[in-house]
Amino acid sequence: MGREASFGGEVSLEVEIEKSFPGFTLQVAFRAGNAPVGILGASGAGKSMTLRAIAGFEPHLRGRIVLDGRVLFDSAAGIHVPSRARKVGLVFQHYALFPHLTVLQNISFGLRRLEPAERARRVAEQMAALHLSGLENQYPGMLSGGQQQRVALARCLVPKPAALLLDEPFSALDTHLRSQLELQVHETLNAYSGVTLLVSHNLEEIYRLCGEIIVLDNGRVVASGPRDEIFRRPPNVVTARLTGCKNFSRARIINPNLVEALDWNCSLRCKEQMQSAIGHVGIRAHHICVTSMPPGVHDASRNEFPCWLVAATEGPFRVTAYLRMHSSTADSSDYHLQVEMPLERWTELQSHSLPWSVRLDPECLIVLPD
Amino acid sequence: MNMDLSPLWISLKTALSATAVTFVLGVLAAGWRSGRSSRLWELFDGLVLLPLVLPPTVVGFVLLSLFGRTGPLGQILWRAGTILVFSWSATVIAATVVAFPLMYLTARGAFEQIDPGLFDAARTLGATEWEILVGVAIPLAWPGILAGVALAFARAMGEFGATLMFAGNIPGRTETMPVAIYFAIAAGDTRQALLWSGIVLVISLGVLAAMDGWTRYQRRYLARGTRGVVRGGSVARG
Repeated sequence: MGREASFGGEVSLEVEIEKSFPGFTLQVAFRAGNAPVGILGASGAGKSMTLRAIAGFEPHLRGRIVLDGRVLFDSAAGIHVPSRARKVGLVFQHYALFPHLTVLQNISFGLRRLEPAERARRVAEQMAALHLSGLENQYPGMLSGGQQQRVALARCLVPKPAALLLDEPFSALDTHLRSQLELQVHETLNAYSGVTLLVSHNLEEIYRLCGEIIVLDNGRVVASGPRDEIFRRPPNVVTARLTGCKNFSRARIINPNLVEALDWNCSLRCKEQMQSAIGHVGIRAHHICVTSMPPGVHDASRNEFPCWLVAATEGPFRVTAYLRMHSSTADSSDYHLQVEMPLERWTELQSHSLPWSVRLDPECLIVLPD
Repeated sequence: MNMDLSPLWISLKTALSATAVTFVLGVLAAGWRSGRSSRLWELFDGLVLLPLVLPPTVVGFVLLSLFGRTGPLGQILWRAGTILVFSWSATVIAATVVAFPLMYLTARGAFEQIDPGLFDAARTLGATEWEILVGVAIPLAWPGILAGVALAFARAMGEFGATLMFAGNIPGRTETMPVAIYFAIAAGDTRQALLWSGIVLVISLGVLAAMDGWTRYQRRYLARGTRGVVRGGSVARG
């Protein structure tokens, strides 16, 4: 702990690991630089396992992990640096603070080998940065969840790790604390010059905090790249779904800009070209435009279709409507589209009789090869 | 009344020594053991827990066979110039062997109650396994460890069968209170037996009271940080 981690522009983490056990194979390869990388995936996709492997907690691993030019793990060369020497900081979902130690003792834990004056200086600095000053002598059990997670973050950062791994750091907090803490983490990450990986199943968190995204599905990387790219043009159905897209239909190509949506019983014009003969089309719930246009005036060449309401769930500000195109149905699970709209729009729509009209904007249609 | 108090001192000395030995060995073994699983460790568990289920006479017989003049360990010791059998050390060994499983089991249970995420956190913060045992595991498992100490002390104090077989009944050297009670009864001296039983009862009650007091104190001590002690860290993938 005595040596400072050297941070330059060249800081990077290279991961190429594999682990298999009955029913699951993790096979992940990626590189991370200074920009925070978000790892998105459903539960069981291997997100936490990837972080634990980097921290040195996963046995029976194969592959190679290099952080800042230091080989942390190389199964072929028989290198396995123990967790305590990896300079990898891990922040847990449930904080993992030492309940028998005060806030000050918790944060100082990673600096035991430093001389007291230097230790006190660094701890005080980090506590101030995370607005924890004044809580020095409190025990973790006396703090709110948000405070506990800030203590955990301070404890993790104070030894200046070369990589910071955040494993669902906000998911144990309630909404209000969550956004507060997220802001502070955002600030902290901006000031931090090492590699950051953030695991979450919450796509908005990842979107706000990370410039780069890796999408994991069933142990494999199914998409990776700059955040905006991944959200705007997800390369496959899994990624589209994980980035929040709710509506999908199997699709067959008619010509490059016209596909037949098999599950929606219609042909759709798309701005993007379909690259394979079969695939999927998708559209985000808030991109669908519902109007009260009377029947008979729909223009199928503009992707306009009559639709009937199947079910709806009303939130305080937004409403999710479940719609069926072309015909009505009594079966509430037999819908085509899930549409999100503001409450005002919904109230307005309800004053009109069914069918309504739905428009699937060609610009907003996501074309996904299989 | 002129009563030889040596069984009381021998019993206390034996129980205290055996408790001290089981404390160190039991906590170390439990600390090393918790969080690991392998066939070899299961075998180890089976071996050290055996004295808990075996009749003490069998334990005594096994010890006698091991440490007796012709036994494998006894021969080594005899060459080194020591004879263990029927010595005070034998009372300590017998008490240690029967008390160890209680210490080991309670300590292990207490260690396994701790969120393994805390150990992982300590590792990423640069702590060695020894530092984690001393600085995290033992302080957090302390109430459980103390309960183990109390149980081990009580068991060591009450040890009779294995002690009689392995250490014999030499007044002033190996005669502990339980052994003294047995021989008092055998000799028809009910008054003596009653006296010793009363002393054992007082000591046992004292241990229970002390344990209760400690538990209360520990509960207050741990209430400061209860939210973190519960097993919370999910290690599942995903």
